[in-house]
Amino acid sequence: MKSLPANFTIGAVLVALVLGAAALSLVWTPHDPTALNIRGKFAAPSAAHWLGTDQLGRDIVSQLMAAARNSMTVAIVAVFLGGSIGVALGLLASAIGGWVEDGVMRLADLGFAFPALLFAIMLAAVFGPSLTNAVLAIAFINIPIFARVARASANQVWTREYVLAARAAGMNKLAITRDHILPNIAAAVIVQATIEFAVAILAEAALSYLGLGAQPPASSWGRMLSEAQTLIYLAPELAIYPGLCIVTAVLGFGLLGDGLRDVTDPRLARAR
Amino acid sequence: MTLLRAQNLTRRYRLPRTKLLGPAPQLTAVDNISFDITAGQTLGVVGESGSGKSTLARMVMAFETPDAGNIQFEGQDIHALKSAELRRLRPAFQMIFQDPFSSLDPRRNVGWSIAEPLRAMGMHAPERVAEAFGQVGLHPQDAGKYPHEFSGGQRQRIAIARAIVTRPKLLIADEAVSALDVSVQAQILNLLMDLQDDLGLGILFISHDLAVVASICDTLLVLQHGKALEHGAASDILNNPAHRYTQSLLKAAGDRL
Repeated sequence: MKSLPANFTIGAVLVALVLGAAALSLVWTPHDPTALNIRGKFAAPSAAHWLGTDQLGRDIVSQLMAAARNSMTVAIVAVFLGGSIGVALGLLASAIGGWVEDGVMRLADLGFAFPALLFAIMLAAVFGPSLTNAVLAIAFINIPIFARVARASANQVWTREYVLAARAAGMNKLAITRDHILPNIAAAVIVQATIEFAVAILAEAALSYLGLGAQPPASSWGRMLSEAQTLIYLAPELAIYPGLCIVTAVLGFGLLGDGLRDVTDPRLARAR
Repeated sequence: MTLLRAQNLTRRYRLPRTKLLGPAPQLTAVDNISFDITAGQTLGVVGESGSGKSTLARMVMAFETPDAGNIQFEGQDIHALKSAELRRLRPAFQMIFQDPFSSLDPRRNVGWSIAEPLRAMGMHAPERVAEAFGQVGLHPQDAGKYPHEFSGGQRQRIAIARAIVTRPKLLIADEAVSALDVSVQAQILNLLMDLQDDLGLGILFISHDLAVVASICDTLLVLQHGKALEHGAASDILNNPAHRYTQSLLKAAGDRL
């Protein structure tokens, strides 16, 4: 048994921590994360409130857990949506080639030219701020990323002799894409998805911080940060806890993605 | 009976521009080549790398279109067919590739790979797959294994099984034994000759190694820089090479002939 790289292990532990908290919040949180208790505001950590309460007396642990759930949901939906469209476009470009490929890839370049946050702000300005619009904006910026990865990996696979053999057998391009191309680029796409997951969590936090993501009373790390901002000298821990959560989640998925890349890269696997 | 007739095949590739203005330079990879392949016979194509052998194979497989000339398979110009018609004709001419390590999809078990040409024909015929396993000297129980579990020679047998499962009339073997050990080469060549006797296959056998070609070919085509230097019965050319290039190839093959 080959030993797994350290970044993979550390990443997996951090991701398990965040996903575990998010999953647990579906069935149980220590308190209702939205329940106000003005008299019990700014409570110090205790057995009842492990990390204390905020300026409105809400339990911080419960809020962080609910926020983890919201953040994961946004990231999963956005990366899955943008990834599916992007991979489909990349496979299409690679299978057809010629001007279709050029067209798709130039469109992807255009997508790259849009700063993600500006695009989200534009969406919010037109359709109003909401979690759905935040998801759509993050999904949109993922499309060109996945289109590029899918097309680059697929182009490599199309030159393999087993693809030529499938063509010689009389398989059409759709069947070859389904049977050979997609299974052989899956590893690259999954690695990219894990890394984009980290980016999506960060983007969701940024949008919520700006008030363009999760709307009250839904919990969000980004919104907790922006609410804590005015109290930063009075109660700095209110900003530190969600900040640590964001760092944990982003670092976890980033390391896991890097680790997966190392594990699935045969050149690195031989070196171990 | 003539299975395949290639007439005046020419294929040019455009090279990168050397000057900003003016036409891009061209490389003529295959220059005015003609040949016939008869059922049950083997045509050997020899030449060094860059002589246009593989381009020839790609044109015969209709992966590439010639710039001039045509290829007729049983009287049908394969490059004039519509893509659906071509796909229907494809089971009749199959190819064996050079590298048995990249000609099988690593993510598919070998039974799946061998059945692929049948699926392309819309057939589900496990008995044909089992038959093909037997024809190349493998056990049908190996169908569930993956390519990395086999040696190079076994993989090439699997690739041959995939090529003959459709019961083709013509096999194109592009450097099919070049990546194998000499002892395994002999086994695979024997297998190809046995299959030819049993199935009446026409074979287009491409190699850089005259020693390999000499052992199995009826007719021979010697290529250099895309041009045909010699074309005729293999025994005539081997015993009495007219061209210095052929003599040097013979010399390179040495005692292995």
